Amino acid sequence: MADVIDHPSRTAAAETRAATGYNFAYLDEQTKRMIRRAILKGVAVPGYQVPFGSREMPLPYGWGTGGIQVTAAVIGPDDTLKVIDQGADDTTNAVNIRSFFAKTAGVATTEKTVEASVIQTRHRIPETPLSEDQILVYQVPIPEPLRWLEPRETETRKMHALEEYGAMHVSLYEDIAKYGRITKSYNYPVKVNGRYVMSPSPIPKFDNPKMDRMPALQLFGAGREKRIYAVPPYTRVKSLDFEDHPFTIETWDQCCALCGAGDSYLDEVVTDDKGGKMYVCSDSDYCEQRREAGHVGDGGDPAYAARNQIPAGDAPAGDEPAGDEPAGDKQ
Amino acid sequence: MAPMTDIKPGFRDPVLDSQATFRAVLDAMARPGRLRTLALLEDPPAPLAPATAAVCLALVDQDTPLWIAPDLRSQAAETFMKFHCGCPIVDDRAKAAFAIASAAKLPSLGGFAIGDDAYPETSTTVIVQTVGLAAGDGLTLSGPGIEDTHRLAVSGLRSGVWREWMENGVLFPCGIDLILVDGATLAALPRTTTVTEA
Repeated sequence: MADVIDHPSRTAAAETRAATGYNFAYLDEQTKRMIRRAILKGVAVPGYQVPFGSREMPLPYGWGTGGIQVTAAVIGPDDTLKVIDQGADDTTNAVNIRSFFAKTAGVATTEKTVEASVIQTRHRIPETPLSEDQILVYQVPIPEPLRWLEPRETETRKMHALEEYGAMHVSLYEDIAKYGRITKSYNYPVKVNGRYVMSPSPIPKFDNPKMDRMPALQLFGAGREKRIYAVPPYTRVKSLDFEDHPFTIETWDQCCALCGAGDSYLDEVVTDDKGGKMYVCSDSDYCEQRREAGHVGDGGDPAYAARNQIPAGDAPAGDEPAGDEPAGDKQ
Repeated sequence: MAPMTDIKPGFRDPVLDSQATFRAVLDAMARPGRLRTLALLEDPPAPLAPATAAVCLALVDQDTPLWIAPDLRSQAAETFMKFHCGCPIVDDRAKAAFAIASAAKLPSLGGFAIGDDAYPETSTTVIVQTVGLAAGDGLTLSGPGIEDTHRLAVSGLRSGVWREWMENGVLFPCGIDLILVDGATLAALPRTTTVTEA
């Protein structure tokens, strides 16, 4: 039953080291050991933020230094890395981080979710369900879900220790009292394994249900805030809510204009200066896979759908407009 | 101090072998009870198992005090750890970040560092050398990392360990984590794992 782990393939890794002059995956070994120990304790205490000695990376804090350090500590020469930024593989942050590891670790990279063994992400979870063989690494700007309620670290640490989360529930309730619903659309707080309240990073709340009992291991790195945390596979992750105001996710009236997907998170894209716009999948790989499989969207023309009779079941019924996608700082 | 020639060799490639070992431990910790075998270290210092030595090489250093149980604390083991890991070796297991013990003479689990509610990560990770690990039989495991339940048979443990493990679980978020070792094979039990004896 046990998979034997033999010496990893060395050639590519050794060549990379010789060519770049950097240690494998950039970080020195002592830093990696420190990060690895933090990751293991994070897995042992799901949802708890383990402090770690975050290093200076060759890009500014706020651009994914936490995620990069976690990936650097985890990745090996036999891994295949995918990096996404708001779901897309082809945005600046994603392209740079991918090429950083291609250069410093010599690892294979991919844009296909199913081919990746390590996926580093900024603000999305891929639409394609992840498997047991994959590790999802989140870039986290503010790891402390209680930070906006209590600025003092000494206090929030005590609140976590005592499982004192009343303030969080009050803040969600205040939303309901003021607006009739919980208005938090991203970075929606979750409770992990019934104990720790955790920030899921600024993913849209649309992605929260994917975290629950996910077969893949989820690791979170916050570089500036120097915290690592984790959700082991098949662990309960519950979005905070109330019995009479249950948690709901965003829905759209539209399907993806390119691939017709009715089940994915959509980005609003402005197409001209006359108010023209279309909605497309935020997950570029998912959209690509669907288009390759022959799915076609309406190209942004609502009449198209009617003309070409896209099955109604494909389109979700919903009342909430899209467009409240994660903002926040670039992490 | 033993002469240099008596020190058993460490990893052939410290960088990549550490990474492979860490991933095995991470996988084991994320999926409690699942077995991982590391064919990375052929000649560990007696009486340490290959997986015990490999885990220490990958994770132990000057920042992590190590405790070695008296029955395993040979000159060879101590020299190996001091030379390769550069770690302080402590006599008080409540001060250890990592500990090595044999299954038969595993000291009471309550004597290790359990961390505190504000910093639960400061607990000891205990490496336990068993005489046999097998999946699909024996104990029933459940908890985070396990889809439904997982079976793991652990041989050679002294009696009473699983009762103490239950007490360890009650301490959550405090508590120790176990890495069970059998030769080159390892499995892990984080503090969240519930163990039911069949």
